[in-house]
Amino acid sequence: MVRLISLTLFLAIWWLASLFAGPQMLPGPVKVLTAIAVQAQSGDLFFQLGVTLARVLAAFTIAMIAGTAIGLLMGRVKIADRIGDPWLIVLLNLPALVIIVLAFIWGGLTEIAGVLAVAINKLPNTVVAVREGARALDTSLDEMARVFAVPRGKFFWHVVLPQLAPYLVAAGRSGLSLVWKIVLIVELLGRPNGIGFQIGVAFQLFDVTLILAYALAFVTVILIIETAVVQPIERHAFRWRKRAP
Amino acid sequence: MNDTHSVGENGHLKVRITHKAFTAASGERFDVLRDICFDLGRSEVGALVGPSGCGKTTILRIIAGLDIDFSGTITSPLSGRLGMVFQEPRLLPWRTVNDNVRLVAPSIAPEMLASLFQVLDLEAHCLHYPSELSVGLARRVALARALAIDPALLLLDEPLVSLDDALAERLLAQLATLIETRPITTLLVTHDLQEAVRLADRIFLLSARPAQIVAEIPLATPRSTRSEQEITKIVDEISNRISSHW
Repeated sequence: MVRLISLTLFLAIWWLASLFAGPQMLPGPVKVLTAIAVQAQSGDLFFQLGVTLARVLAAFTIAMIAGTAIGLLMGRVKIADRIGDPWLIVLLNLPALVIIVLAFIWGGLTEIAGVLAVAINKLPNTVVAVREGARALDTSLDEMARVFAVPRGKFFWHVVLPQLAPYLVAAGRSGLSLVWKIVLIVELLGRPNGIGFQIGVAFQLFDVTLILAYALAFVTVILIIETAVVQPIERHAFRWRKRAP
Repeated sequence: MNDTHSVGENGHLKVRITHKAFTAASGERFDVLRDICFDLGRSEVGALVGPSGCGKTTILRIIAGLDIDFSGTITSPLSGRLGMVFQEPRLLPWRTVNDNVRLVAPSIAPEMLASLFQVLDLEAHCLHYPSELSVGLARRVALARALAIDPALLLLDEPLVSLDDALAERLLAQLATLIETRPITTLLVTHDLQEAVRLADRIFLLSARPAQIVAEIPLATPRSTRSEQEITKIVDEISNRISSHW
């Protein structure tokens, strides 16, 4: 209920602001929704959404898997932490734009260069979060698994991963939003399709309606992923906590 | 450091720890164990009894292979099958009782698991998470887990500590039944003589730090036929002997 009021309020402010600013600078909600409908009808919207979403998922997956592996290593092995730490600081402070431009120069204007550039941008955040989690691993459970000779794969799945889950969820949450913002820049700079490319075109035509239409459509997609995928996974991973007294 | 772990035959446990020292955070080294040498025959139950903090847990950790920084040798009857009950239950909070046991014993027959849960009164708690269990229950799950792998060697670290008397009494009886019905070489660590006399075939008395074995006491009467008076008598006898050492 509160959410609904909040949303209505947002739409009202948007509508009022559009009256003051004029339809050129800020088109109203109805106009933007109509634009979304038109784009959807031509099929163009779904194609662009799909392309961008595929890039987001690819970059996100690479960053999470590589980041988890590196973070675990750095959290568990002291020498790896000491070697990797300066690299991590460099990577954390390297602007996204620099990484993207260099990736396109070195790798050409290719799909792989684009996706990798995004993944590298996200990577250090995941590493930092997972390293923190790996440092906090419970050694008493470690010893238990060693005494009972629990095989490596099972040890990782049943003992390590559940302990990392809160850190992975935090990294994943912030990661999804960060990744899609960077994917848009990559598309603007060096891809011939996707939401970022479309917004670039709209920018050249000063078509604010189209910019808002694409942005709104993608935010909706992310919201759906969040509620339909991320939250159920989270509930499943933390089911043992809820029943605690 | 000649830390050697080898596999002995016939379920025989041979412990020869000549020396073990710890380095404190301040960098100072102090001796914990000296000349801890004893043997346990197949399916024999031994009890290490000593004052708190004398290094009993350290002995178990060395036998379990968790601490390899010592001088001496361990010949254990484990062909990969070691069951251990730590002082804290050390269960996975995110797995149910059932899954906690199955993690270490994936190939256990369902009937075996059911009978184990039945002896330990855990049937009603199979699907509970550890956070929903009392200390006593969690202790019993840890015991079930150690026995589920059908161990050749069972190590118990203060299995009854911090339980109230009634609960300790019940678990003691369950433990006695369980080790009576299985041919498992068992080593028990405790500071409670009563507990040791009720469960063990052989008691090793330890001195204060650095721990040494001051006496080895074989108990002649079989566990199941020991009467209350006999237990009290043995406990009194041993207490008199150790008053000079502790």
